[in-house]
Amino acid sequence: MSEVEHVQPGHLLSEREATLRTRALESLLLEKGVLADGAVDAVAGIYENDVGPLIGARVIAHAWVDPAFKARLLADGGRAVKELGITGIEGDHLVVLENTRDVHNVVVCTLCSCYPWALLGLPPRWYKSYAYRSRVVIEPRTVLRELGLDVPESVEIRVWDSSSDMRYMVLPERPARTEALGEAELAELVTREAMIGIATVST
Amino acid sequence: MNGGQDMGGTHGFGPVVVEKDEAVFQADWERRIFGTQICTRLRGIDTLDEVREGLESMSPAQYLSASYYEKWILALERLLVEKQVLTEDELLARYSEFAANPSADLPSHPEPSFVEFADRVVRTGGSASREVVKPPSFRAGDIVITRNVHPCRHTRMPRYVRGRRGVIERVYDAFLLPDLNVTGVEQPEYVYAVALEGRELWGESAEARSRVYIDLWESYLLPGEEAA
Repeated sequence: MSEVEHVQPGHLLSEREATLRTRALESLLLEKGVLADGAVDAVAGIYENDVGPLIGARVIAHAWVDPAFKARLLADGGRAVKELGITGIEGDHLVVLENTRDVHNVVVCTLCSCYPWALLGLPPRWYKSYAYRSRVVIEPRTVLRELGLDVPESVEIRVWDSSSDMRYMVLPERPARTEALGEAELAELVTREAMIGIATVST
Repeated sequence: MNGGQDMGGTHGFGPVVVEKDEAVFQADWERRIFGTQICTRLRGIDTLDEVREGLESMSPAQYLSASYYEKWILALERLLVEKQVLTEDELLARYSEFAANPSADLPSHPEPSFVEFADRVVRTGGSASREVVKPPSFRAGDIVITRNVHPCRHTRMPRYVRGRRGVIERVYDAFLLPDLNVTGVEQPEYVYAVALEGRELWGESAEARSRVYIDLWESYLLPGEEAA
């Protein structure tokens, strides 16, 4: 089995079938006035061009340099990111979880793929994979270790299963010896994986 | 529904593979079914709970065999037929037309105001919380028992957290109870983040110092002392 098959096990439809069935749906929905010319491209384009993990990274870097903002972000994530002009579906009810020396948070959606789109864009395939969804709640330390993140037993692991309208994002620890870096440089260090909790931020 | 989607704690899916620099969509049809599904929701044709129930209603074998966006095609086709937006015959006929002539044009429906509306809503979002008159039944720190129930329709309480003792960690706003929302009944209830010890969930198999936090609607919960 190739690595990609592990990520998305199997395909029920051929590429041709998937293409034709999607096109049949789109065609009928245009004819019936449900879709409109350009609407599908407009919506998909938002996540291809404008909304992605760089937005979340900007929020994290801002929280690292501004303790008052960080306090507001942890108290009410949705309201705090609006201060920075960040809005969007799948982001209104944002909860930000702080990783510390004693606590490591990691986010999953075991039932589907709930994810803070407005901050991180659409979820990557590993987040939607059956392996991640099934395993991280029962063996989080093992999963993280396999991904190269060894969380010592002195650190408590908190796995957040996103089952409601609330959307979760992790505030990773700021790496040591980054005092000289500005906010934009800090943001460049922050990865999508760190904001879900399967990685830490390093320089 | 105890369906294919409810996989928390299932063994056998292999390692988690993180890909470098993966594309947002892997194929053009993926981006098109994504956009189409968002638009049907913005038109008020379906709700997210109905779309989820569509995915959960697939046989577990089909659920596990289909890729992420393949499931979206299958669920949306079924939902739109159920809602009589289109018929199976229309889908089959249109499929055959494109199979015979894949480069045939799509029909045109110019409606710039809808495109602007869709763009604006996706970019600005909007709160899904609802007002409830009565105060929440639980407070942070309360001990609760999750109900041991097995609804045959849509629910957002996975099997691995049912019938467990936990502690209210956070009290959130009220949101529509998904179990009733799919039946067309809007019942807002408070949602709580409930902390469950690894050992409570997985017994001796639990890893050291691990907890799961899960969001549960009020009617999924019983007061701890009553059920003790």
